Amino acid sequence: MRTVILRSIAPFLTSLMVLFSIFVLLRGHNEPGGGFIGGLIAASALAIYGIACGVAAVRRAIYFHPIAISAVGLLMSALAGVLSLFAEVPFMSGLWVYPHLFGVEVALSSVLVFDVGVYLVVVGAICSIALGLEEGDRD
Amino acid sequence: MEPLFALLVGALFTVAFYLFLSKHVIRVLMGAAILGNAVNLLIFTAGRVTREVPPVIGGGNDVLVQGAANPLPQALILTAIVISFSFFAFLLVLGFRAFQKLDTDRSDEMRVAEPVREASPPLGY
Amino acid sequence: MAGQSDTMVDLAAAYVLEPVAAADWLVVAPVVWCIMTGAVLVTLRKRTAVQPLIAIPALGVLVLMTLALLWHVIAGGTVTMTMGRWLPPFGISFTVDLMGALFAATAAIVALAAGIYGRTDVDDSGRRYGFYPFLMLIMAGILGAFMTGDVFNLYVWFEVLLISSFGLLVLGSERAQLDGGVKYAFLNLIATTLFLVATGYLYGLFGTLNMADIAIKAAELRGTAPLMTLVTLFLLAFAMKAAAFPVNFWLPASYHTPRLVVSALFAGLLTKVGVYALLRILVMLFPLEREALSLVIAIAAALTMVLGVVGALAQNDIRRALGFLVISGIGVMLAGLALGSPAGLAGSIFYAAHSMVVMTALYFAAGLGARLGGGFELTGAGGLSTRHGLIAAMTLVLFLSVAGLPPFSGLWPKVMLVKASLDVGAWWLAGSILVTGLLTTICVGRIWVLAYWRPAPEGREDTVPLNPPLIGATVALAGLVAVTVAAGLWPDPVMSLAQQAARGLLDPSAYVQSVFPAEAPQ
Repeated sequence: MRTVILRSIAPFLTSLMVLFSIFVLLRGHNEPGGGFIGGLIAASALAIYGIACGVAAVRRAIYFHPIAISAVGLLMSALAGVLSLFAEVPFMSGLWVYPHLFGVEVALSSVLVFDVGVYLVVVGAICSIALGLEEGDRD
Repeated sequence: MEPLFALLVGALFTVAFYLFLSKHVIRVLMGAAILGNAVNLLIFTAGRVTREVPPVIGGGNDVLVQGAANPLPQALILTAIVISFSFFAFLLVLGFRAFQKLDTDRSDEMRVAEPVREASPPLGY
Repeated sequence: MAGQSDTMVDLAAAYVLEPVAAADWLVVAPVVWCIMTGAVLVTLRKRTAVQPLIAIPALGVLVLMTLALLWHVIAGGTVTMTMGRWLPPFGISFTVDLMGALFAATAAIVALAAGIYGRTDVDDSGRRYGFYPFLMLIMAGILGAFMTGDVFNLYVWFEVLLISSFGLLVLGSERAQLDGGVKYAFLNLIATTLFLVATGYLYGLFGTLNMADIAIKAAELRGTAPLMTLVTLFLLAFAMKAAAFPVNFWLPASYHTPRLVVSALFAGLLTKVGVYALLRILVMLFPLEREALSLVIAIAAALTMVLGVVGALAQNDIRRALGFLVISGIGVMLAGLALGSPAGLAGSIFYAAHSMVVMTALYFAAGLGARLGGGFELTGAGGLSTRHGLIAAMTLVLFLSVAGLPPFSGLWPKVMLVKASLDVGAWWLAGSILVTGLLTTICVGRIWVLAYWRPAPEGREDTVPLNPPLIGATVALAGLVAVTVAAGLWPDPVMSLAQQAARGLLDPSAYVQSVFPAEAPQ
């Protein structure tokens, strides 16, 4: 699969897909999308990169170990639920703040934190399985 | 629609269990993949099949429009897909590793954990 | 967007509006705690020396949390917290009654012991593979299953614990582990898939998955809906998880292959989650269907307990014999489920708690014995009692306890179950419990005589190095032995808790009222 065409196009395709995955993640609250599907898109982007440029390049590109990315995502999701403790509402309630950044109202919520956590869990878990299988092929 | 889906679910289950009866791990794996899809379709059918209106509340509305699909089975299926997907990925790796280490994918040749002729416990003191 | 502009919508129709008391957080705290510490431990997977230093105190905190929860439930009755403020049955509820709290506290104690034992039993490579993170995540799954009040959520927790158990089972990827792991994984996949199928039907029939809601609606639907099919599916799925005969074959194929502490944890906790689910779904939600199936369950129970111990008698490997004893214990618990009377269910609940502690401790004892004497095989074992008197004495206590002999914790639940069987005239069920006790005594007695009592075989004394017993492992074993001795000598608190828990199962009005405070029970 390491053709010149794929190798030259893969970095652009991967960055575009990762960008799109973040777009899907952020629009997920009120429209179709969200952390899980965004994470899958990002994971498949990295898989394409891995097919074109090799597993070592992907590992260098994501810098952290995929399992560690998953773990941080899991922690984020759990903490997003725990925030409710301080608002005297049940676990996992959605909490919203509306800060004004540069004159624009930005709706931030614990739901978003949870979704980003899910995104990271999915990216990390799928990546570690895909990379493990791709490496296993060469044993 | 539901009877048709029920038949389809039954057919998928049949295929899955037929594959599960195979001695080769790779076929059992395929059976696991089909089984997961059969169950998802079953949950989907159990939530009643309706047509074409996605269960998304549009801007300015507070409730779903009349005749929208039931969103709960979709949420259940999404969860079940995630789980069966991760299950399948794990089983794939496990089957592959077992094939590498045990040098077989036939389940009746996998007798490392339960040897064919095990020593009996001592009968006397 | 939600928030401030909601004046025209009546929030009380959808939301829990009253503030949540901090004590109610105990309902979700154990699960969230396990997930969070598990995640932290994953990020530290290379720092193998640090992991136990975090995990063991975290498990200690977990024990305190579950004990506080048990205390909270004893003092204030069933507690509910519904996720995300959505009113039940729309939000997912966590509902902890006495049975859930009792099992959760026992499981946490067992997990703490496993964490301490694992510090010495699991080497660096096992820790890099993730023993401690998987231990925390499997506890999240187990505790979540004990605490959830939603059938689909129960399925999710089953999967969480199952996936973590796969990870623990193949820790190290040895040949026997992969072999056992393949069988364990596929057969458990079928069991959870059956559970999911049943859940799908349940949703199709009831339109709800909240257990309290189902308990209310089952009475109305009984005339029209095919509940019997549904309950039979649940019975089959959970019996498979609990390793009841004739769907128990995954257990003896796999439980002896992983690291010893993993076997101990599985033997103590995993099958009991299946038993818990049987008690919760069959007794609390579908009592009439359970009644109709009681003969089937009773026959399965009798066969499970007798064939389990017969299997144990035929084994040469101590770990495999213990695996069959786990199955035999499941049979005893199912006997109470078959009877369905308050006394029988109380016996089952007590026996499950007893079995969690004692089966784990038995594996620990076998591991320490193997370390002292050099193996798990009965042929060629011997002389352990002279090598380390304390460990031998604790092993003897556990053997007597698992056989149900006085004065240890195995005796009382068996007494309760035998009496409950005789009360309804099921003399053959009572008889099989007693025969199982006799055969178990023979089985563990033989292990004791061969491995501990008889002198070491000729010439072996020199070949086997005298490993000093590990302090941490011995402490873990001693802690569990202390629990079984205490529960044997002072059974009253546990017994009355089990009886109250059984009453709560048979009359779920308190459970329902905890989830739906507005609807007074009929």
